[in-house]
Amino acid sequence: MEIGGEIIRAEGLYKSFGDKVFALNGCDLTVRRGEVVAIIGPSGSGKSTMLRCLNLLEVPTKGRILFEGEEITGKRVRIDRYRQRMGMVFQHFNLFPHKTVLQNIMLAPVELKRKTKAEAKETALRLLERIGLRDKANTYPNMLSGGQKQRIAIVRALAMEPEVMLFDEPTSALDPEMVGEVLDLMRQLAAEGMTMVVVTHEMGFAREVADRVIFMDEGKILEENSPAELFDHPQHPRTCLFLSKVL
Amino acid sequence: MVFEWNPFEGLSPSHFLNFSFLPKYLSFFVQGVEYTLLLSVTSVLLAILPALLLALMRLSKWKPVKWIAGAYIAAFRSTPLMVQLYIIYYGLFSLIKVPSYTIFGFIDVSRFIPGVVALSLNSSAYVAEIIRAGILAVDAGQMEAARSLGLSKAKSMSLVVLPQAIKNILPALANELVTMVKESSICSILGMAELIWGAKTVANTTYKTLSPYVLAAFVYFLINFPASKGIEAIERRMRRGDRR
Repeated sequence: MEIGGEIIRAEGLYKSFGDKVFALNGCDLTVRRGEVVAIIGPSGSGKSTMLRCLNLLEVPTKGRILFEGEEITGKRVRIDRYRQRMGMVFQHFNLFPHKTVLQNIMLAPVELKRKTKAEAKETALRLLERIGLRDKANTYPNMLSGGQKQRIAIVRALAMEPEVMLFDEPTSALDPEMVGEVLDLMRQLAAEGMTMVVVTHEMGFAREVADRVIFMDEGKILEENSPAELFDHPQHPRTCLFLSKVL
Repeated sequence: MVFEWNPFEGLSPSHFLNFSFLPKYLSFFVQGVEYTLLLSVTSVLLAILPALLLALMRLSKWKPVKWIAGAYIAAFRSTPLMVQLYIIYYGLFSLIKVPSYTIFGFIDVSRFIPGVVALSLNSSAYVAEIIRAGILAVDAGQMEAARSLGLSKAKSMSLVVLPQAIKNILPALANELVTMVKESSICSILGMAELIWGAKTVANTTYKTLSPYVLAAFVYFLINFPASKGIEAIERRMRRGDRR
């Protein structure tokens, strides 16, 4: 896929929770249109915090974030507008348990007046068709398997037609036999040219699908390279150590 | 020497269970129950909206707003309801004149309205905490998911978090109603014709100082015990519903 111009740029991000140590310790990140960026690293390295800063679910203590060249970290920024253009997928799916699958997917497009009810329903059913879960449209999330829930969470985000998708360890809470179906869907999205930032422990997926892999530890980006280079010729000793444990 | 002391000396079962006054004074109890139920149900229902507002204020990240709600709740929870009742009745309602007008033939609004105001101001402090706890019990991921889709904080709260919080709130709210049925008895001190006032009046008129109160206690029990059991059963059913 063609990689285009810059869509997200984060400059000098710091994040501390209370007066504890910094979860992010000066990170810079640029994401280009059509690019798949994988963020890897040990737990507690700040990868999730980094990702959550990009749509301001976590407000960075210091530093700024630009979306298409517009700063979104400013005081007067209406962040909801930008969030509509950045989909997010969570480790624990976070489907709305009091709403059916269809209502989950239709909620945001209808409430935010992006689509009429009929249009939103049509899109939702088409998306469900695509992931083979059209027959689940009227069931509640608690009737579904983890893999089904996560794929629905992904299409719920897609229903807003976002320009970027952020994935926060999307397969970490899944039973092993369900990881494949979620990764397959993400692979398809990548192939269609969706811009994606993926925090993941799936090294195989990162190597195969990502255009660029970022290794983080202790709140810092220690290494950043193409998957082939980073996995086969890691430069930083911490990267070597980490990869020797997980590969 | 044999120590002969009978704590029940002079008391016979007839003191507890002499209901010979009933045929003549039944209406005091019937109207008393009606008054009590009307007073407590109205008060709790009227408390819900201010309580929701207080709960949202307490959850606000804006410090002064949070503080005002916190102060209100602290004030009403840390002082006796009786004092609140006096202050509102003799203070607030000496400024606001409610006409003496009788509804349903036995409810004098000039007493009933101050009573409802005091009870619901008091209850809103408790219900606010119930609502706040109910909101906090909803997984934080729900708010995050809604916000990440671009929904505003208000929409995320009203469309995603609150509908889920209601399940936590309703049983506690029903318990608050049970409490209020009992607590409203304090309104008898201002002459509101609820159940205890009825019992007191019967006791004073018939010189039977015990039985009317025993009867009142029995009536409270008959209302509250089945209500509590019912709430427990519903709660158990709802908890099972979570694991659908």
